[in-house]
Amino acid sequence: MRTMTPPSPDGAASPADGGGKRSVLAEWQLALPLALAFASIFLAPLLMLVGVSFFNDEKITQPGFGQWAKFLGDPFSYKVIADTMLLGLKTVCATIVIGYPLALIYLDASPRLQKVLIFIIVMPLLLSVVVRTFAWIVVLGREGVVNTLLLQLGIISEPLRLLQTELGLVISLTQIEMPLMLLPLISVMSRLDPNLRDASSALGASRWRTLFKVIVPLSMPGLVAGCLLVFASSTTAFISQTVIGGVRLIYLPLLIWQQSLVVFNWPFAAVVSLTLLVSVLTVVSALSYLGRRSGGYVHG
Amino acid sequence: MGRRRSLADLSYGLVIGSLAALALLIIVAPVVIVLTTSFTEGRSLKFPPTGFSLQWYEALFDASKSRQIHRAVYNSLEVAAWSTGFGILFGSMASLGLARNRHRLARVADGLFMSPLVLPGLTFGLAALMYFTLIGLRPSLNLIIAGHMIVTVPFIIRTTSASISQLDPALNDSSQSLGASWFYTMRRVTLPLIAPGIFAGAFLAFMASIDNVPVSLFLSTARTDMLPIRMWGMMESTLDPRIAAVSGVLITAAFLLMLIMEWTVGLTRRMRD
Repeated sequence: MRTMTPPSPDGAASPADGGGKRSVLAEWQLALPLALAFASIFLAPLLMLVGVSFFNDEKITQPGFGQWAKFLGDPFSYKVIADTMLLGLKTVCATIVIGYPLALIYLDASPRLQKVLIFIIVMPLLLSVVVRTFAWIVVLGREGVVNTLLLQLGIISEPLRLLQTELGLVISLTQIEMPLMLLPLISVMSRLDPNLRDASSALGASRWRTLFKVIVPLSMPGLVAGCLLVFASSTTAFISQTVIGGVRLIYLPLLIWQQSLVVFNWPFAAVVSLTLLVSVLTVVSALSYLGRRSGGYVHG
Repeated sequence: MGRRRSLADLSYGLVIGSLAALALLIIVAPVVIVLTTSFTEGRSLKFPPTGFSLQWYEALFDASKSRQIHRAVYNSLEVAAWSTGFGILFGSMASLGLARNRHRLARVADGLFMSPLVLPGLTFGLAALMYFTLIGLRPSLNLIIAGHMIVTVPFIIRTTSASISQLDPALNDSSQSLGASWFYTMRRVTLPLIAPGIFAGAFLAFMASIDNVPVSLFLSTARTDMLPIRMWGMMESTLDPRIAAVSGVLITAAFLLMLIMEWTVGLTRRMRD
């Protein structure tokens, strides 16, 4: 087997006097401490989670497929899975619809304005998710900004119920997850050759046509990366889901929390969290497959 | 034709412009609204707030009334400091070892170290709780530190690897061909050059640890309370107005930190690339 030495000229081409020292410590060995940490506190727990899910009782003594059968045999489970995935997809769509135009504006902005915009975009990322969730309670609540405004304008006579609805949750998650969509998008878009857009417009294409025929296809890698991050993050956003969605809207994270920390049925909680893992990874790989295919279309 | 084109361009500007304006409004407005509401004189968090007072900040900073919150803050800071410290040590070592290695195993290891970013955090949090409990460890801040290190180290690896890939390999070679030892080259050439990358990643990791919910949710107990979990509790039962003051403090802190990071290591530039 080939040893894991870097292909850089270090090993073979370095002068004889330095070469002796290098063989004592190969560079890849620097990764060993972290690899050890990941094996013992990341991989081992995940393997144990899989193991625990194959026990029938809450005391984890009788092995069997009972918990899987219980979860997968219940139609309610499928509804929760579907609701969770749909919540993620709706959030992804909402962040694209308003996030993509913002990225376009960023692209056309002066360097000075770009600095301000990127500051505004990154700032929420450094702000605790709990704070961002709390902000939406203040905005969407019965006495919140939206209701006060609509009541004063006379558009509604009764306060709208926005908290504890899926609409309110999707609106909140759109803001909470927005930076995850915008950062990869902007990163890819700012590397686009501006000549391409100028050429498209010089050849008579309208700005819409340039957008859909030139900019969107070329920014696909950033768009896909953004979709993946937003989807993965919004489907597991436990705090936002429970605080804004309330207990009536049930998603997989709430189920995991109830089963593990309220009911203490660990095998069942393990089954639900593995289901969450598998469904998120399935959608994520489907998205990245679609992204690769569209990327192939552009370059091929 | 020309007329139709200008009409299309007009509609483009209108649609794209208003959607982008909506995006900016949605990003900024909630933050401003929370900041304003935290200075309310009233007992409820309605907007626009009634009057101006610092009562909720006073309640928050009162050592006896808000003891639990203060302890949660100290715990969160302690966990973030230690997990970031270990993350810097192990993460930058791993980046140095793997960033320029094209071997298949090195790519697998790199993928493994980055995987906490896409893995649902709750799955790992629950797995860690079961694992630590079943091997007989009692809940403690140390376990939370270990869990946070795993989920925040990808930030450090990402920015550090990016810095390493921009290094000119000739620098290393010339240092060594001039007779410098591997450690000397590392200390005097490589590390100073990649330090801004490490710091940018460490900053993101620190913030991610302070903000972490999925791991803390499962590993923290009443004794090892963490700030986001305590804040969640304050929102879940009766809405405690002190949470607006906590938010105000966190918003100000994030804003100042962001300015400092922008001036020192050019954070946003690093996040865009």
